[in-house]
Amino acid sequence: MNGILSYEFMQNAILVGIMASVICGVIGPFIVARRMVFISGGLSHTAFGGLGIAYWLGIHPLFGAAAFVLTSAVLIARLEERKLSQNDLFIGILWAVGVAIGIVFIHMTPGYAPDLMTFLFGNILTVPRLDVIITLILVLSVTAAVLIFYRGFVAIALDEEYAKARRLPVASLKMGLMILIAISIVILIQVVGILLVIALLTIPVAVASELSGNFHRIMFLSVLCGIVTCLAGLLISYFIAFPSGASIILIGGVLLGLVKGVKRISARRDLPQPAEML
Amino acid sequence: MEPLIAIDHVTYGYEEMAVLEDVSLTITPGDFILVIGPNGGGKTTLVKLILGIMKPWSGTIRLRGDIEGRLGYVPQFANFNRNFPVSVFDMVLMGCLNAGNYLRRYTHGDREKAGAILAKLGLYDKRGAHITDLSGGQLQRVLIARALVSDPPALFLDEPTTSMDATSQTDLLDLLAELQARMSIVVVTHDPTPYAQAYRHIACLNRELYYHERGELDSSALERVYGCPVEILGHGIPHTLLAGHGNAEKQP
Repeated sequence: MNGILSYEFMQNAILVGIMASVICGVIGPFIVARRMVFISGGLSHTAFGGLGIAYWLGIHPLFGAAAFVLTSAVLIARLEERKLSQNDLFIGILWAVGVAIGIVFIHMTPGYAPDLMTFLFGNILTVPRLDVIITLILVLSVTAAVLIFYRGFVAIALDEEYAKARRLPVASLKMGLMILIAISIVILIQVVGILLVIALLTIPVAVASELSGNFHRIMFLSVLCGIVTCLAGLLISYFIAFPSGASIILIGGVLLGLVKGVKRISARRDLPQPAEML
Repeated sequence: MEPLIAIDHVTYGYEEMAVLEDVSLTITPGDFILVIGPNGGGKTTLVKLILGIMKPWSGTIRLRGDIEGRLGYVPQFANFNRNFPVSVFDMVLMGCLNAGNYLRRYTHGDREKAGAILAKLGLYDKRGAHITDLSGGQLQRVLIARALVSDPPALFLDEPTTSMDATSQTDLLDLLAELQARMSIVVVTHDPTPYAQAYRHIACLNRELYYHERGELDSSALERVYGCPVEILGHGIPHTLLAGHGNAEKQP
């Protein structure tokens, strides 16, 4: 085990895995509670457009991705504020147009783009040290923002109308949450890639929700679940050379199945005996 | 007496359709107003406008300076996320939130008040329960506790008795009678009968609003709103007889 840890790429991977898990737990429960899973899927796919343009311009792909995801997030939030009923239609279009822009610009860039697969499917084993530091700063900022605005975010997730009646700054809180989700998606793209981001934002929350009915405990358990799946996926990827992003997600899926299965069996055991039911 | 809330020539609607048209209403301290009318008549919309959840197309809604953001609101279930993982106690605590304190932690005083109001409503034993595990009547009382925990100057209840059995309904009426000394109460309901003893004014709402003093309401006023003869309240005694439909055309 010491052998693995002595590689810098492995240290980086473990650090990024843990930081990604913190993001899963801090932001994921809000996405699930506010039913923003589809929005998050759309946001992560618009990143592909930014990646394509960044490739064409020859700049760091993550900057392109961040620009596209943040712009889309602000657009979606403003549209929601204006109460256009067909919000999901707009998100679907944004999703597809983002991907199309990416394909066109990659096509226009001469030569082969080998790193591109990394961004579609993620590769936690190739994250450079500089990105680890950037990720650390982003994760700390997002976590601090969520802790500071926690009660406000919970209020709009639980009962937006009541929050409005109490004169909480609901529109600003919604915009703030959307921007934090966008930043989180950019962080997670490095770990599991554009296609699988949505799994990392939902599976740990689904596992945690099976174990607790309390929002802040769900956040904490999601972080733990994220760490378990990220590190297990990482080890599988290291030892049998499986794609790391997919390994992490599949471990998460198996964990969710196990937790649900165990819960169902123990619930059956707790059922009252026929005599008691009379 | 300075009115708590003054609604002046308010019009509002969804898409292109006006749901409320030129509605005016004054709510004074200690008032007890029933807002009645057919489904889709704009009852809930009016309450949401008063609470600031939506902005009117035209007209003004003025709240007395000190009560902005302090109104108590008991919504119908459909309007909030029932699957949200939150305990009864935390749900009630949320009633303490306002624009000035939502960045801070809840105070010891907030927690004491939440405990006290839960005890008063007979829910103290349920304080740790998850809101999805509650019956409709229990959830309704949790929403009432959330509305009352911050001592609001006015309380708005939207169809509060819908999921209540007869006992809970009596308890609610007793509670409202007690609260009436401290705050204005506005109840939205399609069935005014239970409140016959308590109300001071009735607002009949079907896009337009007709306002009545206690005892002044007669069947012709109600017919104007509902479009057919309906049950009425008279002299403070609830009448449960249904008036005939006369010559109104029968729907196939």
